[in-house]
Amino acid sequence: MAPVHKSGPLLSVRDLVVEFPTRRGTLRALDKVSFDIAEGEVLGMVGESGAGKSLTGAAIIGLLEPPGRIAGGEILLRGERIDNLPREKMRRIRGRRIGMVFQDPLTSLNPLYTVAEQLIETIRTHMDVSEKEARKRAVALLDRVGIPAAARRIDDYPHHFSGGMRQRVVIALALAAEPELVIADEPTTALDVSVQAQIIDVLKEICAERGASVMLITHDMGVIAETADRVAVLYAGRLAEIGPVRDVIQAAEHPYTVGLMGSIPTLTQTAERLTQIPGSMPRLDAIQQGCAFNPRCTRAFDRCRVERPDLIARGEERQVACWLYDPAKEAQDV
Amino acid sequence: MLTVYAADAGSDMLAFILRRLVQSVIVMLTVALVAFALFRFVGDPIASMVGQETTLAERAELRDALGLNDPFVVQFGKFVARASTGDFGISYRLQQPVMELILSRLPATLELALVSGVLAFVFGVGFGVYTALRRGNWLSGTIMTASLIGVSLPTFLIGVLLIWVFAVELQWLPSFGRGEVVQVGNWWRTGLLTESGRASLILPAITLGLYQMTLIMRLVRAEMLEVLRTDYIKFARARGLSNRAVHFGHALKNTLVPVITITGLQLGSIIAFSIITETVFQWPGVGALFINSVRFVDVPVMAAYLMLIALVFVVINLVVDLLYYAVDPRLRVDRANARH
Repeated sequence: MAPVHKSGPLLSVRDLVVEFPTRRGTLRALDKVSFDIAEGEVLGMVGESGAGKSLTGAAIIGLLEPPGRIAGGEILLRGERIDNLPREKMRRIRGRRIGMVFQDPLTSLNPLYTVAEQLIETIRTHMDVSEKEARKRAVALLDRVGIPAAARRIDDYPHHFSGGMRQRVVIALALAAEPELVIADEPTTALDVSVQAQIIDVLKEICAERGASVMLITHDMGVIAETADRVAVLYAGRLAEIGPVRDVIQAAEHPYTVGLMGSIPTLTQTAERLTQIPGSMPRLDAIQQGCAFNPRCTRAFDRCRVERPDLIARGEERQVACWLYDPAKEAQDV
Repeated sequence: MLTVYAADAGSDMLAFILRRLVQSVIVMLTVALVAFALFRFVGDPIASMVGQETTLAERAELRDALGLNDPFVVQFGKFVARASTGDFGISYRLQQPVMELILSRLPATLELALVSGVLAFVFGVGFGVYTALRRGNWLSGTIMTASLIGVSLPTFLIGVLLIWVFAVELQWLPSFGRGEVVQVGNWWRTGLLTESGRASLILPAITLGLYQMTLIMRLVRAEMLEVLRTDYIKFARARGLSNRAVHFGHALKNTLVPVITITGLQLGSIIAFSIITETVFQWPGVGALFINSVRFVDVPVMAAYLMLIALVFVVINLVVDLLYYAVDPRLRVDRANARH
């Protein structure tokens, strides 16, 4: 499923470090996170609340809330560094080359402007088209995201729309300037279960149509399984595992991913209890030495408590940050 | 569906205005009751009308002739009926119809209040936005500190300080009066058309507006900071809109919704509290007239002033609510939705 990328990835994140200076020292919210997103690919980003999923998205699009800042690593869009661009250049990338969909459609739209006003403003910010042409495009977009009677509804205010419809409007806005990459930050979490699937479908379809890549941030493994090509698992600001979605779900390797998958109910298994991972994710100022997961890990050994594992390649497409898969150790075990 | 909304909003608007009008009448009646009570409890009106040698019999006769022995409700009814036509009787002190007195003084007060209100709004919003966007730089720090002084210094002291610096020491501006005035229309005499009139307006307008300006500025700053943290601002940034569009198109408009209310109400208090400024600068407005009538227990003028200020507040409140309606589309429809 995962496209093999020969011409280089669309987005490449290398050893990304995000820090928050506080009065009691600097907190590392993201610690050496690396991954690629290929052209047209959907990368799922999973992890618990506070693992750094949204922060990764914010760092890529250049909207980290101060005092948060990128303290290391680089972010490349088509091989070009974008993490250190001047503010004005980065602004031109936002919306035009990287779009973003936020979690809560009820608060994502400015209540005082009609949908048409917001769409036209966005289109005309990035494209040199007339008001009339922008409006035509806006109506077509609304129609495409599935707003019935788009030509008429476009002049309504956001509060005239339901939550699901508003999220469609948000998607239309995020895609208005035809970005190459869309970061969707929990796009369905705030929505009614009955419309979640529709929204994901709309997003996926339009992006596929336009060849746009998607970084889908969520903690809903079901959505990931159905939508993503590859999945990245974050834990305490570090990448635990990354690989094709089927492999990771069916044969998770990192003990944390194994626990995560075990905690999802399935229809085929009749388990008495869902497995759970004991303990909870550490606060950013209390991450253990060595592997961040070691206090909760059932398979941890001495090395895990001392030395932090880097991503270890497992075959062509998979990488796991766990000493269990250290080639040296495996050789020993065998 | 859109047309249905529009029709709803229209009829809804009318119902809203009618409801507010009824409320306004109730407020005015309550204030009229207080004003009317002044006549009965602030000294005996007969005593202030007659000489010392008037006999008790003559006083009783006069009391009867003036209807002061009628039941309370009848007297109040007459007072309200006359007041609603603008008739507040004759000033005890100046022996002129009260309404004439007030109308001749009103332009001075309104000009002063409007100019200081506009100054307060323009500079208040400007400084508020600046200090919100440039948090932490030295200029906004200075503005914030200076605004503390504006909030904490009493109005009369600011007036006296301004007179001392600009009228006494620098001799740039006059310290009292309204300068030359020009008659415009039947009863409006304006100082805005002459140079001395404009020069005389500067110091009182600053004095009167400074407190309101700092208030508006602090409100705008707080609201703006709040709005800048909202999701729709983040989303606007994520769409790559320019800072200008985000700050002034999206953030400021949302900031203004609550600011309009406060500013409107402040305009009311600017008119009401112009008393102090008018006294300091000997500004010939209704505030000064009121202070003088208090000194001479000129009850008809006091009562009329009370009613006038109440009317100003009621009208401004109404206008503010309508503005709210105009700025925020949610209000227009939420009412309609609530009924469906």
